[in-house]
Amino acid sequence: MNIRQVRRNVMSAIMTGLVALLSGLAVLTLVLILGDLVAKGATALDWNFFTKNPVPAGESGGGVANAIVGTAIIVGLGSLIGLPVGIGTGLYLAEYGNGRLGWIVRFLADVMNGTPSIVIGIFAWTWLVKPMGQFTALAGALALAVLMIPMLARTTEEMVRLVPHALREAALALGYSRWRTSLRIVARTALAGIVTGCLVGVARIAGETAPLLFTALGNLNFSTSILHPMQTLSLQIYVYATGPFDEWHRLAWAAALVLMGLVLTLALGARWAIRQRHASGR
Amino acid sequence: MPPVADARAELEAVRLTALYGRRAVVKDVSLVFPTRTVTAMIGPSGCGKSTFLRCLNRMHELSEGGWATGKVLLDGQDIYTSGVDPVQLRRRIGMVFQRPTPFPTMTIYDNVAAGLRVNGRHPKREMDEIVEKALRQAALWEEVKDRLHASAIALSGGQQQRLCVARAVAPAPDVLLLDEPTASLDPGGTQRIEELCHELKARYTIVIVTHNLHQAARVSDYTAFFYLGDLVEVGRTQELFTKPTQERTEAYITGRFG
Repeated sequence: MNIRQVRRNVMSAIMTGLVALLSGLAVLTLVLILGDLVAKGATALDWNFFTKNPVPAGESGGGVANAIVGTAIIVGLGSLIGLPVGIGTGLYLAEYGNGRLGWIVRFLADVMNGTPSIVIGIFAWTWLVKPMGQFTALAGALALAVLMIPMLARTTEEMVRLVPHALREAALALGYSRWRTSLRIVARTALAGIVTGCLVGVARIAGETAPLLFTALGNLNFSTSILHPMQTLSLQIYVYATGPFDEWHRLAWAAALVLMGLVLTLALGARWAIRQRHASGR
Repeated sequence: MPPVADARAELEAVRLTALYGRRAVVKDVSLVFPTRTVTAMIGPSGCGKSTFLRCLNRMHELSEGGWATGKVLLDGQDIYTSGVDPVQLRRRIGMVFQRPTPFPTMTIYDNVAAGLRVNGRHPKREMDEIVEKALRQAALWEEVKDRLHASAIALSGGQQQRLCVARAVAPAPDVLLLDEPTASLDPGGTQRIEELCHELKARYTIVIVTHNLHQAARVSDYTAFFYLGDLVEVGRTQELFTKPTQERTEAYITGRFG
């Protein structure tokens, strides 16, 4: 082995070690957070936590049933509005977005993607909460939808653009019209990727707090009315974690664990969707 | 210049010029494709033969900046007149591409049926028959008859390409366009496709673009030589390869350039 070969091998070993170290560091942080969360949150997790509403400060017991249901309603409603619009925009950008209008939409989506979520919350407050004279779950859901749309649009676009051009041509040459090619061939081929994007998007808005502070506000009672304030897990964590009572802190940890579990489930779902795609060969 | 005067012309290009923006890549080409023959188009890369092929089913205009002037007559009717819907037109002309392009989300059966389904519903029994017939024509039936509802991408490259042939012939087109159909296949797969050309010309008018001169000589009745966007020479394959009238043709087929 000559000297250059040795140098190359040493360099390679150093770089490999370095990236291994860095990825270990990244994983370690995550493991520490998860471990701490489980250690501190699991003790407060019992049947009451899931079925009871919060009790007045100072009393023990009680749960966050209202926040769990509220998260489901607000995230569900937000997704119901955000997913179709986001996916539709993404399809448009990928299939027809090469002109000036596409450029503008793409640019706006990128700007929106970079906008802090609290800013979206302020706008939702100005445009929805103030005119309605009331903090509402609906405003919260809309704010989350707005947050979700640009993200989904860009992921969908990326996924659809990954579909080989040859496939598009094959469909067109077979006498498919343009929209039929987009929906039946291109979108279907990109489906697993789009579903993954959706799950990641839902997971992302499920953890959002800032835009909800100005819109859904939070609610100590159980409420399913979307025209009234509503509690969510993220808001509950915010209130409990910043409160003065040990019992509250305990509940905040537990709520954080539940929220983390929810996001993890969605992420695993996304993983599974990707695997399905690879299992089918593409 | 029709190679044979008495043959009925299924497809004919008249003074066809194809452009990208303002750059002409096919220049004023007139060419007749007699019914139920195989015509090969040869020439070095970038000579415009593929673009010319794509003008025959109006696929060229889908490329960025692509447009064409002149006429293409299918059964005597110009496909470039304003009344012709290119989507409908493409259902009458089958096309197979360089690389196999089975629809990955569909089964083998659905791939073959895809071109029929855009034309409306067919009763299941009728569809079954058409699919079987198309797969038999593509010499694939025996290999896939037990797994028609398996994913199309589980097939080998050569099988995928024959599946694409089946998909193209299932709607019973008048013309079959093959754009370097064996470019990504091994010798075995290439041979199957070439044999197919021989069998399919009993039913279809076939136009094949190829880089492989031996292939052109093996499969075609007529050969057209393109160079830099011009149609240099066209004639019976045997004559073109043995007694080319143009110097450039001779230089190309003897391997002196391209």
